[in-house]
Amino acid sequence: MKLGMTLSAALVASVSWASMAAAQTELSMWYHGAGNEAESAALQLIIDDFNASQSDYTVVVESFPQESYNDSVVAAALAGNLPDILDVDGPVMPNWAWAGYLQPLNIDEAVIENFLDGPQGYWDGQLYSIGFWDAAVAMVSRQSTLDALGLRTPDVDNPWTGEEFAAALEAAKASGDFEYALDLGMPWTGEWYPYAFSPFLQSFGGDIVDRSTYATAEGALNGDEALAFGNWWQSLFVDGYAPGTSQDPADRDTGFIDGKYAFSWNGNWAALGALEAHDDVMFLPAPDFGAGSKIGAASWQFGVSSASENAEGASAFIEFALQDKYLANFSNVTGLIPATSTAAAMTDNYASGGALEVFFGLSEGQAMLRPVTPGYVVSAKVFEKALADIANGADVADTLDAAVDEINADIESNGGYGH
Amino acid sequence: MASKLTTSNRAGWGFALPGFGLIMLFIVIPFFFAFYLSLTNQRLISPNPTEFVGLSNYDRLLSISVLSIEPEMDDAGQVVRDNTGEAQYPRVRTFTRNNPDYPQYAGMREWFRWHWGETAKVVVATDVVFWKSLRNTLMFVLVVAPVQGGLALCLALLINQRLRGINFYRAIYFMPVVVSIVVVSLLFRFIYDGNDGLLNNILGFLSFGFFEGRDWLGSENTALGAIMGMSIWQAVGFHMVIWLSGLQTISPTLYEASSIEGASKWQTFRYVTWPGLRNTAVLVLIVITMQAFALFAQIDVMTRGGPLDSTTTIVFQAVERGYGKQDISGGSAISVILFVLVLTISLIQRFLTRER
Repeated sequence: MKLGMTLSAALVASVSWASMAAAQTELSMWYHGAGNEAESAALQLIIDDFNASQSDYTVVVESFPQESYNDSVVAAALAGNLPDILDVDGPVMPNWAWAGYLQPLNIDEAVIENFLDGPQGYWDGQLYSIGFWDAAVAMVSRQSTLDALGLRTPDVDNPWTGEEFAAALEAAKASGDFEYALDLGMPWTGEWYPYAFSPFLQSFGGDIVDRSTYATAEGALNGDEALAFGNWWQSLFVDGYAPGTSQDPADRDTGFIDGKYAFSWNGNWAALGALEAHDDVMFLPAPDFGAGSKIGAASWQFGVSSASENAEGASAFIEFALQDKYLANFSNVTGLIPATSTAAAMTDNYASGGALEVFFGLSEGQAMLRPVTPGYVVSAKVFEKALADIANGADVADTLDAAVDEINADIESNGGYGH
Repeated sequence: MASKLTTSNRAGWGFALPGFGLIMLFIVIPFFFAFYLSLTNQRLISPNPTEFVGLSNYDRLLSISVLSIEPEMDDAGQVVRDNTGEAQYPRVRTFTRNNPDYPQYAGMREWFRWHWGETAKVVVATDVVFWKSLRNTLMFVLVVAPVQGGLALCLALLINQRLRGINFYRAIYFMPVVVSIVVVSLLFRFIYDGNDGLLNNILGFLSFGFFEGRDWLGSENTALGAIMGMSIWQAVGFHMVIWLSGLQTISPTLYEASSIEGASKWQTFRYVTWPGLRNTAVLVLIVITMQAFALFAQIDVMTRGGPLDSTTTIVFQAVERGYGKQDISGGSAISVILFVLVLTISLIQRFLTRER
C-alpha cells in the first residue's frame, strides 16, 4: 500500500515535470566568451529577461573559450550537433552560411534600421546574423606627443595623408624619445592582421580579393596599388619605424602607456586602459593613402543554426536582445561600440561627450567590411602570412604573387564559393 | 597454411583483439581514409560534392623544376651590371606569370638559385612552402637523431653507476620528459626572447658583455637551431631511460671477464657495452627518427612556421592546410607523403642495422 502511494506520487511528479517541459521548449545557445565574467553576466541578464518575458521558450547558454570556438562549431556541424542559436565572427559568417550551418534570420527589418553597417551580417542578399556591437581601430597617440613633434591634429574629415603620416613617423623617430615610432600589434597573430592591416591596403586602392566578382585576387592583391602598399609596409620595418613580428607581446599591451611608442594602432577595447594612464590620449583616424581613410568593420554576431527546429523562438530571442538597453549594457561592460546611436546615447563612454565617442564616428564614417565571401577564412590566412613574410624582409612582388596564386587556387577548388 | 597462429589459438587472438581493434580504428583505417581523401578535392567545410581529382594534389605539392635565366643584355650585347659589378637578371615572375612562352613554369615560385657562369639556375616549385617544410624536417631529423641519441647514451652511462643519490640525478634528467611539450615550448619562448631573454642574459654575462643579444626565434638563421636545441633537451631523458634499460640487461659477468683480461674503459665500452646495446640502439634510432619527423607542437607554439618559413615542418603544413585553410585533401596528401618518407627511411635503417 505504502509502496503504491510512493509509486503514484512519483508518477504524478514525473508527469507534471514532463508537461512543464512540453510547454517550454528549450533553446540551446553557444557563445564564444567563456572566461569573461562581466560579458557572461551581461548576456545572462538578457537571457533571464527573455525567459521571464514569455512562457514558450527557455534559452540555455553554453560558453566556449574564443580560441577553440570556431573549431567546436565546425566539429559540431560535421557531427550534426549544432545548437539553436550561435554567435559567429562577422567575416566568418558567409562561410558558415554558405556551408549550410546557418539559416537566414527572420527578424523585423524595422528593428535593425538604425544599426551601424558593421553589425549587420548580410550574405547573398539575406540577413544571417546581427551583432550587438561593433569594434573600431584608431591611431592612438597623445596630444603632448603631437605638440612636441609639431604635428597637425587630424580628424575624421581631415585625416592625415600618406605623406603626413610618413612625416609624423619620421619626426617621432628623429626625436629619439621613443623606442619605435609606431606600434602595430605584430604579436597578435590571427584575425588581427586582416582586420587591422587590410584597411591600409584598401586605403592604397588594393584589396584582398577583387570584390566586383570575388573570383580572383589577381590585380587586387598584386596590382600597382598593392605593390605600393607592400613596399610601404616593408619600409615600416626595414627603416626601423615599427617593431616586427618578434615584438614582445607584453610591449604590445603596455608599451604605448609606458611611452615606448609615439603611435599605437589599436582597438577601442584597449582605449580605456590608455585613458586611465594618460589623460591627453587621442584617438586619431587612419591615414588616407589615396583611396580614403579606412578601418575594419564587423565583430561577433548572433545567428540561428540550420539544425534548429525552433527557428522562430531563436529569432524571437535575438530580436528581443536587440533592445537599446541591452546594447547599452553590453557596451558598458565590454567597452565595445553599441550598434545604434540611440543605444550609444545611453552608454557611459559613447554618449555625447563620452570618453570613447570618437570611435562611434570612426565606425560610422570609415568602417569597411572585410571581403564578404565564404573564401575569406582562407584568404585571411594567406594575407596574414604574406604580411608577416614581407615584414620579415621577403620580396614584396613575389610574396604578393604567391598569395594571389594561393587564394585563386582555393577559390577554384571551391567552385567559386557560390558567387 | 595451418600454423601456431591460426589453430586452437582463440585465447591468443582474444587477448590481441583490443589492441588490434584500436590500432585498426585509429591508425590503419584513418591512413587508408587519408589516402582516399588525398585523391579527391574534399574540403573541411563545403556544400559542394566531393570529386575525384586523381593525383593533382600530389602534382601541386611536388612539381619542381629548374629554370635557366640569362643575364639582361643591353643594346650593344653587353651584360647589364649594377654598381658592384653583379650581372642583372630579369625577374623570375616575368617567366612564371602570364607568360605563354613558358607554360611549364606557370604559377611556380623561386625556391633558391645558383650561378653557372653568367647563367642563373633557379629552382622553381609550385609549392615552395612544402619544399621548405620538407627541407626543414629533414634538417631537424639529421641533427636531432644522432645528437639526441648520443647525448642520451652519455647520460645513461653516467647514471648507470652505484652512487649515493643516483636516483636524484635520474629524476632530474627525466623531468623535462614529464612536462608537457607545450609548456616547455612556452617557457623557451621566454628563454629565447630577443630583448631580455634568459639565454641572452647568460651569454652576455659569460662573455663579460661582449655578446650582443639576438632574437633567437625571430631570425631565419637561428630559429630552427633554437628549436632543435630545445627539442633535444626536452626528450633526451626518455631515450636515456631506454638506453639505461639496455645497459642493465648486459650481464655483469661480461664486465668482470673483461676487467680480468685487463681491458681499458674504452675497450670495455667498445667490445662489451656497445655490442650488448645493439637492439636498443636500433630501437632508439628509429623512435627518435619517427618522433623528429612528427615535429609539430614546438613549431605551433613557438614560431608558427616563421620567420620566412624557416621553421615550417611537414606535419605543421598538414595541419595548417587541413584545418587552417580547410583543405583536407591537400593536408591528407602531405600526410601520405610523410608516411611514405618515414616508412622508407625506417626500412633503410632496418636494412643498415640488420644482423649480419
